[in-house]
Amino acid sequence: MRIFLNDDAHDVEPGTLAAALEALGYGGRKIATALNGRFVAVPARPATQLTDGDRVEVVAPMQGG
Amino acid sequence: MSFYGVELSSRLLLGTARYPSPAILVEAIKASGAEVVTVSLRRESGADRAGQSFWSLIRALGLRVLPNTAGCHSVKEAVTTAHMARELFDTTWIKLEVIGDADTLQPDVFGLVEAARILAEDGFEVFPYTTEDLVVADRLVEAGCRVLMPWGAPIGSARGLNNVYGLRSLRAHFPDIPLVVDAGLGVPSHAAAAMELGYDAVLLNTAVAEAGDPVEMARAFALAVEAGRAAYLAQPLEPRDMAAPSTPVIGKAALGD
Repeated sequence: MRIFLNDDAHDVEPGTLAAALEALGYGGRKIATALNGRFVAVPARPATQLTDGDRVEVVAPMQGG
Repeated sequence: MSFYGVELSSRLLLGTARYPSPAILVEAIKASGAEVVTVSLRRESGADRAGQSFWSLIRALGLRVLPNTAGCHSVKEAVTTAHMARELFDTTWIKLEVIGDADTLQPDVFGLVEAARILAEDGFEVFPYTTEDLVVADRLVEAGCRVLMPWGAPIGSARGLNNVYGLRSLRAHFPDIPLVVDAGLGVPSHAAAAMELGYDAVLLNTAVAEAGDPVEMARAFALAVEAGRAAYLAQPLEPRDMAAPSTPVIGKAALGD
């Protein structure tokens, strides 16, 4: 199925947000996530099923003022 | 000085963006003496590890971080960003920005109050980036904010304190709320002026990061903040219109014709 991660299209196996993040190289990273505009906490990622067309946001610490 | 029960000895809060290099950022933070630095969240791809290395660098300094919601233009965006920041940085502190105008980066004070209420009710300790408007400040305090951060001038503008009267009024109106001038400072004298008004602290970024020598400028701001605070505590003279001779007149020799 196709998901959009930070606006880029990715084809991933049907499954959870945690699995998709692992498959896309985010394993072990310090990141925060949102699914279709809603925050998904770390403990909720393994139970969050993705569906075709979902929009995932992945953010990391960055410099800020 | 304390923010939400956290005692701090430095009254200078420093941003971490726009430095020439990570090494200069670290040296500037050290030179500033800041105990709180602001950070943000941005998208990261699977191949890019910039955020991970930045976080390692900040964490090694052992400072308290104040994540922001920079760039958010709606309540929903700001609230969701705050939730992501709370998890990522493991802090309930959030510098809440809800931007209303793209040119001046002026806060959308209506959205700001709404977002502050939502976040305070959810256990966040909110540092709202606001204007010097008294009524908005009242609403923010009602919403649960125990720190207020009015702008000096638009972010990155280096204009200093655009509305000294407004900032002075805010200080008088909220004697017990920690007040931080956030944004718009360009040179150390701007920071000293804010501290002389009785502000508890200043928050700045670009004035240090984009100076020709950021490390030396960080040190200069630290000195200015300390000087301004000492001056405030020493109770400065009120300005007056006419001269008042400093040398005593009584006992002056009579040398006229």
